[in-house]
Amino acid sequence: MVKWTELERSTVKAIWEKIDIDEVGPQIWARVLIVYPWTERYFGSFGDLFTITAILKNDKVAAHGKVVLKALDKAVNNMDNMKRTYADLSQLHFQKLEVDPDSFRLLADCITITIACKLKSALSPQSQAIWQKFLYAVVDAMSSQYR
Amino acid sequence: MLSKREKDLIKEIWERLTPVAAEIGADALLRMFASYPGTKTYFSHLDISPNSSHLLAHGKKIVLAIAEGAQDISQLTVTLAPLQTLHAYQLRIDPRNFKLLSHTMLVSLACYLGDEFTPVAHAAMDKYLSAFAAVLAEKYR
Repeated sequence: MVKWTELERSTVKAIWEKIDIDEVGPQIWARVLIVYPWTERYFGSFGDLFTITAILKNDKVAAHGKVVLKALDKAVNNMDNMKRTYADLSQLHFQKLEVDPDSFRLLADCITITIACKLKSALSPQSQAIWQKFLYAVVDAMSSQYR
Repeated sequence: MLSKREKDLIKEIWERLTPVAAEIGADALLRMFASYPGTKTYFSHLDISPNSSHLLAHGKKIVLAIAEGAQDISQLTVTLAPLQTLHAYQLRIDPRNFKLLSHTMLVSLACYLGDEFTPVAHAAMDKYLSAFAAVLAEKYR
């Protein structure tokens, strides 16, 4: 189980409070599909993902971005219980959706970079380090049922 | 594979950042030291505290090398030849660390450029930095 200091908890919450899920969720998801196009393999049902413009306009991409950030909200509020919080989602991504867990790391990096675009210098090196520790714990929890 | 449009975009971004090379480079290094403390082991001979002259000079060196490579990406192997030798035979930095600096460099660019660091720019830059790192490691073995 990951241990969190008070500073780490408050830093994660402070960053999260600045994120508008409805605005940033779609941006993060579009960024993943544009920067790592092979992740499109999981989204055959999303329709047109053939061009950057199509990805940026795609409603299903936008909706999925919001779904993912709402799930991340659970992690922010359950930092001491992430494996249990994500057990079902991990199982789903492994057995039913068959998602390569490396994709979770790609998503984590896109989340960090999208947040960096929003917060700019307010995301200090120390905050980034703490935020990444948090995201990598989420990635671990999402990978926990893969066996 | 970088398209012509991506190469032009990368060249344009690095040209714009050359005047603030020290600031961007130092920021990327600081982010790397904070997120990946193992990378500090390569810098015991320098003062890597924020705003130190060593950090700014070193950051500037790195960014200027990246910017120079961006001028003609098809010639990366030629442009980076001296740096390849330096890293392989003298510095011997484990090339896995190049990925870490590439990531924090992307974060520094995002912090500096904000929304201008669009997904397209991000993708192009990620591809360029990966290519740069691969060329840098070519003489290792």
